[in-house]
Amino acid sequence: MIKTGTRLKSQVCDTEVIVIKPGDGLDDLRAGGAPMHEIGSDAGGDATLDPKFADGNVMGKRYVDDTGAEVLVTKAGAGTLSIGDVPMSLKEAKPLPASD
Amino acid sequence: MSISLLLEMALSADADREALVCDGTRLTVGELSALADGGAGVIAASGAGSVAYVGTGGAMLPLLMFSSARAGLSFTPLNYRLSADGLRELIERLAEPLVVFDEEYRNAVSGLGVKTVDAQAFTEMAQSAEPVSEYPDPDDVAIVLFTSGTTSRPKAVELSHNNLTSYVTGTVEFASAEPGDAVLICVPPYHIAGVSAALSNLYAGRKMVYLKQFDAKEWIRLVRDEGVTSATVVPTMLARIITELQQNPVPLPTLRTLAYGGSKVALPLVRTALNLLPDVGFVNAYGLTETSSTIAVLTPEDHRVAHSATDEVVRRRLGSVGQPVPGIEVQIRGDDGAVLGVAQPGELFVRGDQVSGRYAEIGSVLDEDGWFPTKDVALLDRDGYLFISGRSDDTIIRGGENIAPAEVEDVLVEHPAVRDVAVVGLEDQQWGQIIVAVVVPADGVEADPEELRAHVRKSLRGSRTPDRVVFRQELPTTPTGKVLRRNLIDELKERT
Repeated sequence: MIKTGTRLKSQVCDTEVIVIKPGDGLDDLRAGGAPMHEIGSDAGGDATLDPKFADGNVMGKRYVDDTGAEVLVTKAGAGTLSIGDVPMSLKEAKPLPASD
Repeated sequence: MSISLLLEMALSADADREALVCDGTRLTVGELSALADGGAGVIAASGAGSVAYVGTGGAMLPLLMFSSARAGLSFTPLNYRLSADGLRELIERLAEPLVVFDEEYRNAVSGLGVKTVDAQAFTEMAQSAEPVSEYPDPDDVAIVLFTSGTTSRPKAVELSHNNLTSYVTGTVEFASAEPGDAVLICVPPYHIAGVSAALSNLYAGRKMVYLKQFDAKEWIRLVRDEGVTSATVVPTMLARIITELQQNPVPLPTLRTLAYGGSKVALPLVRTALNLLPDVGFVNAYGLTETSSTIAVLTPEDHRVAHSATDEVVRRRLGSVGQPVPGIEVQIRGDDGAVLGVAQPGELFVRGDQVSGRYAEIGSVLDEDGWFPTKDVALLDRDGYLFISGRSDDTIIRGGENIAPAEVEDVLVEHPAVRDVAVVGLEDQQWGQIIVAVVVPADGVEADPEELRAHVRKSLRGSRTPDRVVFRQELPTTPTGKVLRRNLIDELKERT
């Protein structure tokens, strides 16, 4: 299983994420329809952005799947984040007042 | 996740945004990042095993935090108020440190047999050094902070990259600050609040305005001149700001939130502040070094509701530290380890990714399920609001009855003749311990011990009435406002 703190990037867009909470689903984490791979590793393949998964993602937002796995977008890109064919959902956070 | 990644994210969002202002120096996010890369190069070239800093902070704090992280080494900001001997004892416990110092502390760090460099020289070298940007393991130690050691030898708390970034990403929304937002930072660099301020404000996209040595007039001037929108202060600072504003009233139109924490704030001061600054949202933040800063907050809304409430339970919340932040679980446990219910006081245990609970030379003190014993006595009300009544070590046991000093202090401080008060236990043959109230009288007031005792007796059981009331001109505190109870007890023992 991919562990907390692992950094992954997209093959088909600028997206980069870091794993905040691990989960089995992340083994099939995709951006723009293509599997994401660890930063520093070779992507292989010659995938292109799938227009069905081109809704993009938002810098600094957290995305979750239905098993509780969570990733943080550290670089935004044009691809949709998905587990297999199921798009991840944006985690809504209750805003806290500035306390630092 | 490494703390460096927080800076990288801020950089990719807006490199040209003004990141910090300190004594006339202004740095954009891009400039801070470039300087941190160079700083990492200076550190790597020194061959040191860790980095320490003796100085008043400001821009040097974020610079050294990120330089150390990018060099893959831990960083320790030290208390610059310590004596040369005190500093030596702590520095000797660090792994082959490179000690960066502000010029005025040159003497304190000379002759220690470790590598040293003055802050100005470090910054100049960082401008031209070969940049280094390592990516440390997220479980590596990022920051080591020494506890204030009010009761024992200071402990070296180890905070990992993951602890700190979990706190930031769990409690702060990235780039959530409005354009033009600015935070005024006046907490010392060696305090966890100084460390967390540098990380979370950079992540939120808020300009950081540094005030290195607190002064109420200067604080007010900076709020007005820099358009400060939020700030964090310790209770003694809040008291001085309020006094200054009462004597020289000026509007603070940009200030939206004012957070206080670091030690307990007396309720009369909170009420005065709320009445004097009705447009400011007050935040009570509670946390420990071992928990990477804040674990519970009482929000501006909570303050407003409690301040005007008629329901006794809700009204009391003005004296609570609010509810746990996301990612933090809390439990109150009794002496036998059983988890207690609503309104039952016991020891506070906390769990979450931001909780370290690990010390150098000691190891982790988390239990097998990951819970950290805070040693704070606390209770939860029916809606999960957390009340802290002090350190378990400070609990007074009089005639077999446990008494939290805060319980008696909260009553005494409401008396108009009392400006400040600390209640301590003193050994006694008959009772085991007796209750002694050390009172700082309000200005120009002649306080009567019997009247103060009667005041407590009206609100609390007789066994909680101070056996003695003594007067002092001020209470001994740490720079962040924690009362040094041990000093008071030693002093009282000598007198009897």
